[in-house]
Amino acid sequence: MSDNGDQELVEIFVDDQSVKVPPGINAIEAAKFAGKEIPHYCYHPKLSVVGNCRMCLMEMGTPMRDRETGTPIMEEDGSQKIGWIPKPVIGCSTTISPGMHIKTESNLVKDCQEGVMEFLLVNHPLDCPICDQAGECSLQEFAMDYGRGYSRYTERKNVKPKRTRLGPRVTLDDERCILCSRCIRFGQEIAEEDVLGFIDRGSFSTLACHPNHELDHNYSLNTVDICPVGALTSTDFRFKMRVWFLKETPSICTESSVGTNTLVWSREGKIHRITPRRNDAVNDTWMTDSGREYYKRVEAESRLNQFQINGNTADAGAAIQEAARLLDSGRSAIVASGQQSVEEQYLTKMIADHLNAPVYMARHWEKGDGLLLSEDRMPNTRGALLTQLTTKLPQETLSELGEKMNSGEIDTLLVAGENLIDLGISNEQINKANVLFLGTQSNSTSEEANVLLPGLTVFEKNGSFVNLNFILQKFQQAVPGPAGLIPDIMLLGKLLHRLTGNETPTNINSVWEELSSKYPEFTGISFANIPTEGQELDGANYTQLDFPETKSLKFNPVNS
Amino acid sequence: MPGKTKVLERKPLSIAERTYLPQIVTGLKTTLSNLFGKTVTREYPEQPPPIPDGYRGVPTLVKDPNGREKCVSCQLCEFVCPPKAIRITPGLIEEESEDAHVEKGPEEFEINMLRCIYCGLCQEVCPEEAIWLQNIYSVSGYTREEFINNKQTLYELGGTLPDEHLKWDKKKSAEDEGNPHH
Repeated sequence: MSDNGDQELVEIFVDDQSVKVPPGINAIEAAKFAGKEIPHYCYHPKLSVVGNCRMCLMEMGTPMRDRETGTPIMEEDGSQKIGWIPKPVIGCSTTISPGMHIKTESNLVKDCQEGVMEFLLVNHPLDCPICDQAGECSLQEFAMDYGRGYSRYTERKNVKPKRTRLGPRVTLDDERCILCSRCIRFGQEIAEEDVLGFIDRGSFSTLACHPNHELDHNYSLNTVDICPVGALTSTDFRFKMRVWFLKETPSICTESSVGTNTLVWSREGKIHRITPRRNDAVNDTWMTDSGREYYKRVEAESRLNQFQINGNTADAGAAIQEAARLLDSGRSAIVASGQQSVEEQYLTKMIADHLNAPVYMARHWEKGDGLLLSEDRMPNTRGALLTQLTTKLPQETLSELGEKMNSGEIDTLLVAGENLIDLGISNEQINKANVLFLGTQSNSTSEEANVLLPGLTVFEKNGSFVNLNFILQKFQQAVPGPAGLIPDIMLLGKLLHRLTGNETPTNINSVWEELSSKYPEFTGISFANIPTEGQELDGANYTQLDFPETKSLKFNPVNS
Repeated sequence: MPGKTKVLERKPLSIAERTYLPQIVTGLKTTLSNLFGKTVTREYPEQPPPIPDGYRGVPTLVKDPNGREKCVSCQLCEFVCPPKAIRITPGLIEEESEDAHVEKGPEEFEINMLRCIYCGLCQEVCPEEAIWLQNIYSVSGYTREEFINNKQTLYELGGTLPDEHLKWDKKKSAEDEGNPHH
């Protein structure tokens, strides 16, 4: 470390090009700084180095010194002599040192790469037309970039089991496996569920589960993501769509307050899969299996897709007008939610302030897994605190609200997606009150609602969440919502306009103008300039709150 | 009077000209010479034209000599199709099926002949030689739906390809024989 706290960079030479890189990294990562690619299969930045694929072979040399005196040995031209290692070395386990020279494009390196590719392809089946990995397959890519272009192998290829069920969500094709062992290391080092291993070692090495075990932990689909070939495939996505048709949209997982960064893969308005997006401050390159299922809510049977007044279909304008009339004439309370985005929470707060209505939030705390599934199953509880929608943590039940409803103090409820029955409010109480329901999925509360305001899922709108480390992260619209539905921001903005008569923000940019001017934590932020990797906010005001989260992959509780 | 006008004198017609007979005879000569000469037109549609090799007609799907559908729904034709005429729903071949070793086949395969431009790129790109532009050139119908060829129609139009590769049969026999040490 230097005086100003920055890491001191180390100068190395990649193909004679000088480049300054952080110390301690390996040659594969260092070469990226020089814009060079060292092909690799078994190396993964978040897993241990094993060096078994041999694809990252390169030439390496260090400046020479006299062994006895330690004085540098110089060339005739005055530069320090480079002692090249006579044989190629692997890049993944070569940690760079100052003045190190590496060659990634020499004839020897090319020979090595062609040789390794040829061996890898010897027993690899010509499955590309039916293989789900085609289009995002390292073997395909490197065969084109570094392979010899034709096969000299005329013997019969090895036969191994195809279509093996490893677990409820993962299907294995052993013939395609190149034995990189990424999946095995993932199980040992990240998921800590060591169920995979190689059997029949030798020419017929086969990946398999240990006897009486299966790959059924909640991180099993990460092995599919890191598999460089099509050996491990997702049973859900298998044979559904070729990846080159799919559009990637950056999004945020709403499963818990971790706020896992995701990519939503869609084609023509239909989502086909969700995969993790690398963010070293949030989720590294992993995500839960359960979070990947959330896209099914878009077309779920319980999906709300029509505005309704007293059970009759209405248009958006009439429903909002009726909602405003009920809120205006009644004694209202608001049941907000940590599923709402920061922008929606801000508008909800504006509505609550105007009506002078109390705001309740329900807690959804469950057991965490210490990795990427935190105890708080709401993605944006901290957003509600920052927008001052609430000042305390969500409560276990809404009994306080129930008492006020019994005493007649409150007779109108604006509910954001919550099911009041689960939260200690009885059916009779709901029937007696006017309920305005804003949400995406139907439940016993929405069925009783006087006005139904259907919302959009996280995949169909823009917005932002604040995760458990107070990192503000934005998600973007991947697919259009059902016909006739409007974004929740517009819905709440229009409702606020009906109530106040003032001009109100109805799009994300105008909401952010107000957010950045009203709250010190959001100063200087607009939706467009929230970086893709998120922006850390000041959560110092909330350290005294007793958040439920315990230690997880990137979170250390302040109080412990 | 604006400009200059020159009045031309019209010559009186001769007797031969007034009867029109020489002109009629000349005309009949041409007609009769064509009536008994070599035919230059074809009686289409009763008489269809000969289709040259490599002709690009309506795209069809074919089966191999064993009756297995050759398409594995890799969707490369759907990707390459310039007018986006092809739409494939990929599907899994069930493990009970005789072709289970192929694993993947089209659940539905549609080619919209109102969109198709007969470019032949689908045939060129197909890694399984499953889609062929054959010799059907005249497509007609009363509704738009009739122009969308579904999987069943495409196989009816396509028939069987008499090829000798049988790549997947070789794969299956290798699987049945297994590895030397097992």
